[in-house]
Amino acid sequence: MKLTVWTYEGPPHVGAMRVATAMKGLHYVLHAPQGDTYADLLFTMIERRDHRPPVSYTTFQARDLGADTAHLFRDALQAAHARFQPEAIIVGASCTAELIQDDPGGLAESLGLPIPVIPLDLPSYQRKENFGADETFHAICRALARPMARTDRPSCNLLGPTALGFRHRDDVAEVAGLLEDMGIAVNLIAPLGARPSDIARMGAAHFNVMLYPETAESACRWAERALGQPYTRTIPIGAGATRDFLAEVARLSGLPVRADESRLRLPWWSSSVDSTYLTGKRVFIFGDATHALAAARIARDEIGFEVVGLGAYNREYARPLRAAAAAMGLEALVTDDYLEVEAAIAALQPELILGTQMERHIGKRLGIPCAVISAPVHVQDFPARTSPQMGFEGANVIFDTWVHPLVMGLEEHLLTMFREDFEFADAAGPSHHGALAPETVAAPAPSAPAAQAGPGTVIWLDEAETELRKVPFFVRGKARRNTEAFAAERGVAAISVETLYEAKAHYAR
Amino acid sequence: MTELAPLPAGPGCTDAPVLRERGQREVFCGLTGIVWLHRKMPDSFFLVVGSRTCAHLLQSAAGVMIFAQPRFGTAILEEKDLAGLADAHAELDREVDRLLTRRPDIRRLFLVGSCPSEVIKLDLARAAERLSVQHGPQVEVLNYSGSGIETTFTEGEDACLAAMVPGLAPTEARNLMVVGALPDVVEDQMLALLARLGIGPVQVLPSRRAEAAPEVGPNTVVALVQPFLGTTAAALERRGARVLQMPFPFGEEGTTAWLAAIAAEWGVDAATFAAATDAPRARARKAVAAATATLAGKSIFFLPDSQLELPLARFLTRECGMTAIEIGTPYLHAGLMAPELALLSPGPTISEGQDVELQLDRVRAARPDLTVCGLGLANPLEAEGLATKWAIELVFTPVHFYDQAGDLAQLFARPLRRRAAVRFGTEARP
Ligand code: SF4
Repeated sequence: MKLTVWTYEGPPHVGAMRVATAMKGLHYVLHAPQGDTYADLLFTMIERRDHRPPVSYTTFQARDLGADTAHLFRDALQAAHARFQPEAIIVGASCTAELIQDDPGGLAESLGLPIPVIPLDLPSYQRKENFGADETFHAICRALARPMARTDRPSCNLLGPTALGFRHRDDVAEVAGLLEDMGIAVNLIAPLGARPSDIARMGAAHFNVMLYPETAESACRWAERALGQPYTRTIPIGAGATRDFLAEVARLSGLPVRADESRLRLPWWSSSVDSTYLTGKRVFIFGDATHALAAARIARDEIGFEVVGLGAYNREYARPLRAAAAAMGLEALVTDDYLEVEAAIAALQPELILGTQMERHIGKRLGIPCAVISAPVHVQDFPARTSPQMGFEGANVIFDTWVHPLVMGLEEHLLTMFREDFEFADAAGPSHHGALAPETVAAPAPSAPAAQAGPGTVIWLDEAETELRKVPFFVRGKARRNTEAFAAERGVAAISVETLYEAKAHYAR
Repeated sequence: MTELAPLPAGPGCTDAPVLRERGQREVFCGLTGIVWLHRKMPDSFFLVVGSRTCAHLLQSAAGVMIFAQPRFGTAILEEKDLAGLADAHAELDREVDRLLTRRPDIRRLFLVGSCPSEVIKLDLARAAERLSVQHGPQVEVLNYSGSGIETTFTEGEDACLAAMVPGLAPTEARNLMVVGALPDVVEDQMLALLARLGIGPVQVLPSRRAEAAPEVGPNTVVALVQPFLGTTAAALERRGARVLQMPFPFGEEGTTAWLAAIAAEWGVDAATFAAATDAPRARARKAVAAATATLAGKSIFFLPDSQLELPLARFLTRECGMTAIEIGTPYLHAGLMAPELALLSPGPTISEGQDVELQLDRVRAARPDLTVCGLGLANPLEAEGLATKWAIELVFTPVHFYDQAGDLAQLFARPLRRRAAVRFGTEARP
């Protein structure tokens, strides 16, 4: 038993729904109680889908349990087939139905429907949403795709985009464009927008592009074995990774890299003088492993941030994440406990969080700006405009999205120069953020106590505390922490103005 | 100012046939009630014993995650808990210990059963007794089921309140107990109204704090403010209380009828009643009239959701001039709904239970001006050109009594006004 307040991932059958809802002509018959229908609203509200997810729930009740829940399942399956006329059906159980062991797969088989019926085996008490999506997509490919003649032209499949995915809609368009520039046709995009009959043609592609390992790795591995299709490992998020991805595609396709980099602005935006102030900003990164890893590379190599924390909520990818963290001299935080993430952020006091909607809330509470880089998603993560994470345009979008929450370079200067000035007072916050004045600003009381205890035995003398308050709010947390660390290291028990400036000199960069 | 529709000549919908359907239901389970109950009872914690699905439902229904440490959580059952119930009990004790150590402010702890805990027959009543002995008297440990196999949406609140009834202190005194979780601001308005009528003592269930729990006995008179509290009402009757039957306090008419039934119990004279209610009644009518311009003559279709459907249909047809096509409700409690049915003019189909596909077929055939439905169905219906109102707002928003009557009407008027307000092409405004 584990006490959980907020979760990063839903149960595995929600992962299956993400696949089913992304596709067309597929129906999901789910053995589940009525309350589980809440999952529909994730799709219709968060993603603003204009259709109900193609899911029929058996909605059995307590009084059915003694009698015949299997019968309910059979009826629901037959009714769904008759009403929706899908090309294929997936069947499975939610957590409660798993306990009553009706065997949806076996029941479905006994009905002998004239279309493929694919049973899903998703252990609800062990696994989570991403596993459910990955396994469902894998099961669908395994059931429907067969080896076949390759297309004449070099072609590939784009695998992994689902419903409720973080920017999947726009990533697909961006990556398809990159491949087209190289003369590679897209044979199939799946699950997003694919029909079961399209998946049957999967084997015609020369290779697969694995867009999101979380939802497509099992299918890619299977296709490598069963259909003889190699697949790409590089995730094209960021300028460097996109270039690496194109090189990998060139290797797999035997075609030379042809890329239109005129659209790629991130490198120049990052090199222009205004970006100087981004150097060494301390960022904390948390999300699904794929997006977290990509963000770490961009943050360090392409924007010049200092990565002070790196983590992910999906254990499946703990290994590469730990390796990447170690290479940055960090210990990866692999947890699905939101309180642990919050504690890590509070301890590190980064200047920017790159995280999920959960971390956005943490950031709000701690007064630390946050840019969202990963699912779980929120209605805000489905902007009306095109806003990919992948490819060259994705790199541009990322630069804007990450830099936006920070105080602009020139503005940072002004804030320091005019910090006594009313207009530039702490509470004003970044000028482009309306009401977003960090909560910490209000915290220091105007009349600080004579000496304020820091962590351990270090205390702040009155005038040092006053001096600290003159430091602009967006670097004050760092200044406080650095000074305390500096004092502790040297066995200084009371921080004076001198200590503050010695520490500043010590940490100068 | 609006005129009420004339009262139905006969018994209204009292004897109307009920369409009973059984098929796929598209409603939340009773766990959802935690989202408003935990705010109403700030010294309580709701611990769901369930699965990842239950945790995900609560998170999705809560919508925003604004609380650092919300007063609810899910003890997620794992493989090993399913293997042995003895171990599951031990695990639960451990989680509760940990929680209560971390949160010394908790006075009431609700162990909330879910589908998985019920299917594996994890006896939470036993657990609550055991834990009460261990952690009492500081913490009172109670249990109820919010599972989807036992409860539909608002029935979770009913189960929660019913669980509190056996623990209420006995009394021989004459008192009024108002039952149903209301937002604090609305509760205060209600108490003020009752005070002006000279009615008292008044106690409420659920009380904001554990110490203020109401007392119950043979002279207790119970007034329900929500129509979904049948189990709680029955539990209070078993404790000797008498439950009044009257319309629910939605809209000017409902609020007046509700107050009048209590006033009659307390022998309040007509002049006092008029003095206390005339002004707020006039205010309510005026506020409702502002929305009536939009609502009058429009048709409405209720999909079953909160069990508020019948009282709301009564309000919208009688005070706002709408026509009801179908009034669906998850369960029809004949006793509690009798006064509402009597006020409803014959005409609408009254349905109980659900087969969502068949019901949507009826919605599409009728093409109502407004459809009241759950969040899963709203955007798909809008995409079919049908205006919708999300039912969940009706339980999250203050809608009871005189001073919310206008807001209640506006909740229904807004989607219609919005559709009339936006244009994306060159077509002329009608
Ligand atoms: S329907 Fe049952 S399993 Fe589903 S969320 Fe509600 S209590 Fe949990």
